[in-house]
Amino acid sequence: MSTPLLTVESVSKSFAGPRGGTIPVIDDISLRLDAGEFVSVIGPSGSGKSTLFTLLAEQTQPTTGTVSFHGERRGKEPFSAYMPQKDLLLPWLTVSDNAAIGLVLQGVQKKAARQRIRELLPTFRLEGRGSAYPFELSGGMRQRVALLRTVVQDRPVLLLDEPFGALDYLTRTELQLWLAELCAQNGLSVVLITHDVPEALFLSDRVYVLSDRPARIRMVLEQHDPRPRGLDYLETAEFTHNERLLIDELTASARRGAE
Amino acid sequence: MTTIEAPREVAAPPPIRRPRRPVAAQILLPAAALILLLLIWQLAATLGGMPASVLPSPLRVATAGWADRANIGEATGATLQITLLGLLTAVVSAILVASVLSFAAPLRMTFLPILIGAQSVPIIVLAPLFVIWFGFDAGPKIALVAIVSLLPLTISTLQGLQAADPDAAVLLRSMGASRWQVFLRLRVFTALPHFITGLRIMTSFIVVSAIFSEYVGAKLGLGIYMQAQKNLFRTDLVFAAVFVSIAIGLSLFALTYLLEFLLMPWERRRKAAQR
Repeated sequence: MSTPLLTVESVSKSFAGPRGGTIPVIDDISLRLDAGEFVSVIGPSGSGKSTLFTLLAEQTQPTTGTVSFHGERRGKEPFSAYMPQKDLLLPWLTVSDNAAIGLVLQGVQKKAARQRIRELLPTFRLEGRGSAYPFELSGGMRQRVALLRTVVQDRPVLLLDEPFGALDYLTRTELQLWLAELCAQNGLSVVLITHDVPEALFLSDRVYVLSDRPARIRMVLEQHDPRPRGLDYLETAEFTHNERLLIDELTASARRGAE
Repeated sequence: MTTIEAPREVAAPPPIRRPRRPVAAQILLPAAALILLLLIWQLAATLGGMPASVLPSPLRVATAGWADRANIGEATGATLQITLLGLLTAVVSAILVASVLSFAAPLRMTFLPILIGAQSVPIIVLAPLFVIWFGFDAGPKIALVAIVSLLPLTISTLQGLQAADPDAAVLLRSMGASRWQVFLRLRVFTALPHFITGLRIMTSFIVVSAIFSEYVGAKLGLGIYMQAQKNLFRTDLVFAAVFVSIAIGLSLFALTYLLEFLLMPWERRRKAAQR
């Protein structure tokens, strides 16, 4: 087996609670991402997905365990570029300048950064929209600008935190199809955090299923079908079987809570 | 990176069309109301039989004011100078103070409540003290005008700087931005509308402050002029000076819109799209 790009080993994270206690949020989570892989982490709402996300983005340190990146870093930069659920586009910048902001902050000349963005606009289906302001775009377009802003930073790992969570069903599906192709064709290494079961199954090589808080890994699902998968994949026995399995697992904790 | 043949783009929803309010009506209606008001005043003054020293008619105010335009112009120049220099001082110091406080949380926690509390101190009553402390030059008057307007402008600017989305700040930091870059690229732009609102509120009382600052020892200015004319029972000229100060206030108010237009081109486009 090749060396993985990113390994998370027995990571736990707890926060200080009231009266000197600690609240465990993540408990003994291990996961792995190889180069070019698409991995999803799926869990119920409030299960500590966001905390895991901040750990992967190197914004917080785990209480115990390690997050190790085995690839090459550029200087002291984080190994990952992340895309939050909110697009966080700056309303005073055009699409091009919003997308280029990561490059500009890395010290790329503004002109060169804009040129780079212009080349990528068609891939992100934003052709001719470079000089538009964010308020002039639809929700799906805004998410694509946010994704472009993330991808163009050219960091080894992409972290996506429920990127399509705020979109309507059709726009979301359309973006999932497009993202599948984008990631497969460009060999992007991606960790996707989501609570959308079909999204995780459709896009990923591997799905990690989290429990309720404190989050533990309850199941790891390997999906060997080649990516990108087409819409046909939604009809396969494997997909429907896995979908059922995951929904069952994800609702299990709620049922346990009710008993 | 390869290009992907994508299914056809779903177009952005067309901007919502609101019923268009004609600009002409926005100007004509208030103007008509104003003319009506002046007409009623004119009629009341001429038919009411009140002496001109109590209620001069608008026409008389206009003709008397025009006749004394040399003196009014001179007084206006002096007041305008105090107003503009005070305004400039206030803007520069408010931006400086707000910027420093936005970087230093302990300082902010110490001084923001004091700033907010100090707003209710009627600083204008300090005018006589300023004369005692700093004398009769233009300096103390400018300082007084600046201090009166400094507080609300600092507070609104600071609140604007702090209103930046913390998630956006974290995102920029993750892309390698320094705190200073977050300030320049995020906070300053978030603060702009707050700053302009602060400025707009300021224009409503800055002329009054300048006039009041003259009441304590100035040789020239609209405040001095009004006092002198009042003592001569030239109510028409008092009114003329009042109208000039109103005009200054309104011009400053209009200038804030020009500033907004120049500083925030994206807002211009957003408003145009909504129209």
